[in-house]
Amino acid sequence: MSRRGQEPKPNQTNRPDVASRSTLLARIPHSRALGMHVVESKSGRATLRVPYAPHLVGNPETGVIHGAVITSTLDNASGMAVHTALDDWVPIATLDLRIDYMKPATPGLDFFATAHCYKITRSIAFVRGTAYHESEDEPIATATATFMLSSSAPRPGSAPALPGPTE
Amino acid sequence: MSDTSPSAERVAAFLERIPYARFLGIEACSDGEALAVMRFSDDLVGNVTLPALHGGVLGSFLETAAIVALLDDTESQALPKTIDITIDYLRSGQPLDTFVTASVLKRGRRVSNVRAEAWQQRRDKPIAAAHGHFLMPP
Repeated sequence: MSRRGQEPKPNQTNRPDVASRSTLLARIPHSRALGMHVVESKSGRATLRVPYAPHLVGNPETGVIHGAVITSTLDNASGMAVHTALDDWVPIATLDLRIDYMKPATPGLDFFATAHCYKITRSIAFVRGTAYHESEDEPIATATATFMLSSSAPRPGSAPALPGPTE
Repeated sequence: MSDTSPSAERVAAFLERIPYARFLGIEACSDGEALAVMRFSDDLVGNVTLPALHGGVLGSFLETAAIVALLDDTESQALPKTIDITIDYLRSGQPLDTFVTASVLKRGRRVSNVRAEAWQQRRDKPIAAAHGHFLMPP
């Protein structure tokens, strides 16, 4: 049976928990370089935290971090949200990513990026995300992303399970 | 399509000032079509298996290039602010130096529209493209 167009299904097996997702994230050199941590990761949702750091600054006069740091983090959170919406590990590729900037990040504060994979079809996953300091209701930036799912991999809900991510 | 590009000296001075641009290894590029080059380093990798550049790194590079294209040759410290940017990922980024060009489609008094393209070995095989809107400093 095709599951095309269905909402991502919660309560799946074969899903790494927050700890193992943090380990996976730490293996991505750029994510490690930005200091990203996984705060939450389940059922099509993922939240990452990035601590404030001097090398992330985009405006040396104000100390505001570069908007592109937020782009990178929203990209990562969006990809992770897709993985948590899928039953098994499926390679994905970002098709496009749009970022809308609402306000500069506050110098000295950590920020969070949370993303929700709200729709998966046979080949495409759709994601929305927000970057913020304290509340999603006061966004620094929002993101809209689409991802291609690997054509050779099983679709959501189908067997058999793939081995974990290649190392 | 593009209006006058800022001088290589202006671009170099701008990039040198931005900690995150230095961290990404972005340098001004005066030869050929490229506005800037991003030197490959391990910190830029997003997929160690392929390996491939991090999508956010490419987005950052394109956004930086778009802002660079909007610089004029005055010594104004106020920078255009990104309103939105949309990135198309076209090919996976190899662990190589990446080049970028950006063109100002319209330089407005309040808002400007910019397109940017990044490539590696071949100019006619871009790996990512972006278009964005930028709020101009008063």
